[in-house]
Amino acid sequence: MADTTTRAKLQWGLLNAVVVVFALIPVLWIMSLSFKTPATLTDGKFIPREWTLENYRNIFDTDQFVRALVNSIGIALIATAIAVVLGTMAAYAIARLDFPGKRLLVGVALLIAMFPQVSLVSPLFEIERQLGLFDTWPGLILPYITFALPLAIYTLSAFFKQVPWDLEKAAKMDGATQGQAFRRVIAPLAAPGVFTTAILVFIFCWNDFLFAISLTSTERSRTVPVALSFFTGESQFEDPTGAICAAAVVITVPIILFVLFFQRRIVSGLTSGAVKG
Amino acid sequence: MADIVLDKVSKKFPDGTIAVRDVDLEIADGEFVILVGPSGCGKSTTLNMIAGLEDISSGELRIGGERVNDKAPRDRDIAMVFQSYALYPNMTVRENMAFPLRLAKLDQATIEQKVEEAAKVLELTPLLDRKPANLSGGQRQRVAMGRAIVRKPKAFLMDEPLSNLDAKLRVQMRTVVSRLQKRLGTTTVYVTHDQTEAMTLGDRVVIMRGGAVQQVGPPQELYDHPHNLFVAGFIGSPSMNFLPATLEEGRLRTALGDVPIGDRIRRELSRADAPRELILGIRPEHFEDAELVDEETRRRGIVFEAPVDIVESMGSDKYVYLTVEGERATAAELKELAADAGAADFTGVGSHLVTRLSAESTVTEGENRRVWFNLEKIHLFNPADGRNLTLREGRAAGALAD
Ligand SMILES: Nc1ncnc2c1ncn2[C@@H]1O[C@H](COP(=O)(O)OP(=O)(O)OP(=O)(O)O)[C@@H](O)[C@H]1O
Ligand SMILES: [Mg+2]
Repeated sequence: MADTTTRAKLQWGLLNAVVVVFALIPVLWIMSLSFKTPATLTDGKFIPREWTLENYRNIFDTDQFVRALVNSIGIALIATAIAVVLGTMAAYAIARLDFPGKRLLVGVALLIAMFPQVSLVSPLFEIERQLGLFDTWPGLILPYITFALPLAIYTLSAFFKQVPWDLEKAAKMDGATQGQAFRRVIAPLAAPGVFTTAILVFIFCWNDFLFAISLTSTERSRTVPVALSFFTGESQFEDPTGAICAAAVVITVPIILFVLFFQRRIVSGLTSGAVKG
Repeated sequence: MADIVLDKVSKKFPDGTIAVRDVDLEIADGEFVILVGPSGCGKSTTLNMIAGLEDISSGELRIGGERVNDKAPRDRDIAMVFQSYALYPNMTVRENMAFPLRLAKLDQATIEQKVEEAAKVLELTPLLDRKPANLSGGQRQRVAMGRAIVRKPKAFLMDEPLSNLDAKLRVQMRTVVSRLQKRLGTTTVYVTHDQTEAMTLGDRVVIMRGGAVQQVGPPQELYDHPHNLFVAGFIGSPSMNFLPATLEEGRLRTALGDVPIGDRIRRELSRADAPRELILGIRPEHFEDAELVDEETRRRGIVFEAPVDIVESMGSDKYVYLTVEGERATAAELKELAADAGAADFTGVGSHLVTRLSAESTVTEGENRRVWFNLEKIHLFNPADGRNLTLREGRAAGALAD
């Protein structure tokens, strides 16, 4: 018995290790490249022979990258905040109320999420140029919210459905208004859902390349994934690989921070003990 | 503290379901009233309307003399205990119990003191800093009670508060609830499914069926003087025995023999619209082993002979299951009761009588036994509308009364 469990553990451990290595090797490789000097860049060694921070110094020296980083952070945070607030309200209504057209609303939201974004790029480009939104922050925030909202509504309504109805009734009986019941009882319980959603939406906005490259043209609103593709290096003849790698490492940092910050709050099973049966 | 008056209160849901119809009920200040009935009869809906969690479709609800139909739950000053306990999982026991007080904007010192006080009454003091997830079912139940009693509301509403507990704990909590209510003297409306809770807890019991009130009264009165077939079958465990009876030549022909009837019943049954087919109801304890009945008593009832199916000796007395020939009684009420009870005891050919005989009886399984039953205690029901025909001015008088 004990034998089989240790064997099972070993097997699972091995499988996990394979998956982790498979996922991490490219990332580690990029990190390794970002610390190499231009001369040793192509030596094919995993551990850099000569360590350098030159690549990092270079990208932060260029206005291009810093501007893009600011744009990325600003646009992703604003889009995430708006999408999560709107999504929370919509999801609460969907989970709690029975209103005519509810199924239609959910269906349409799902439809939007499945719509191929590529086919929307040209019309959006035309519309935004007409409206003067092209190459501005709102020009990116709006489509991000549009595509993030269905996702937000979906995840959040799943969480709201788990919060027992009785808790809200109990809060009302205890003397709470609808607003107090939501703020003090329902919202804290749905918080893991809100944070999960925030992470998903933030990552979606942060990683987007398609909209960012189509709907921007200058540093005014260009985000990091696009800026990376425009990297050239100091002179025409310099290889930008080291700089690109350094930038790639830098842009994963906000996501890691964001996830670490919110992960502590994603405690599953927070509702246990509320109700029985 | 206050009285609660329901005046022709009805509830119609948007989908057209009428869950509660024209309920009239006056609950006195400090009274403990039990709402009981089969599943789906509208108990919870009635309670939710009193709480303010459901709108009242028509009729009036008064608490302490004041019409509260349009008041929000928080303005009614009523506390509720839910079947699911509905404790706030993100708060400790202390915070759970303090929640209504904090919403009422009491100062910190008063809140502390009231929570401590309530915790002491319910023996929750050592658990105050735990989260609900780390409590047992019975402890959660007590926290839910604690949250209700801290702010001394005008009334308590409880919706099957003990139904999630195991049998032993339920008995224990029943006495806790009973003692608490007596001590606080707060008007209480208590919904339950459980016979024993209904019989033991309340001052008065309200029996509901299909959204309508069937009978209201003290438990013993409902047991002794049921107004109709439904109440008779619902109250009592094991439940009343029902047999079909046919009126012929001034006597009732039943599977247990011919039952003589008194003048009053005869008069009642000679009316033009009176039924020819009746349902005879006898409670298990109104049977007795014929050998143990003295001559004097024997004359007040009749004796029949039937094969003994099962004998269950309870020590203090014996439950004896007899088989009797013939049809079983049929009525809408009985079908409904059977469905609610899980139907098991109402199936098979022929019918069974459940009787409760003295422990001294020498009855054995398989024999044919002579058994006596008391005619003064039997009930006669009209199968069409379920009315108890032996009732006079609300008292059941048996079949022989004149
Ligand atoms: N929101 C609703 N919409 C439509 N019908 C409803 C709604 N809520 C309850 N009902 C119906 O109203 C009737 C009474 O329901 P209620 O919950 O009051 O029953 P109950 O007596 O509490 O039953 P139980 O013992 O099973 O808790 C049921 O037939 C139920 O199906
Ligand atoms: Mg109910």
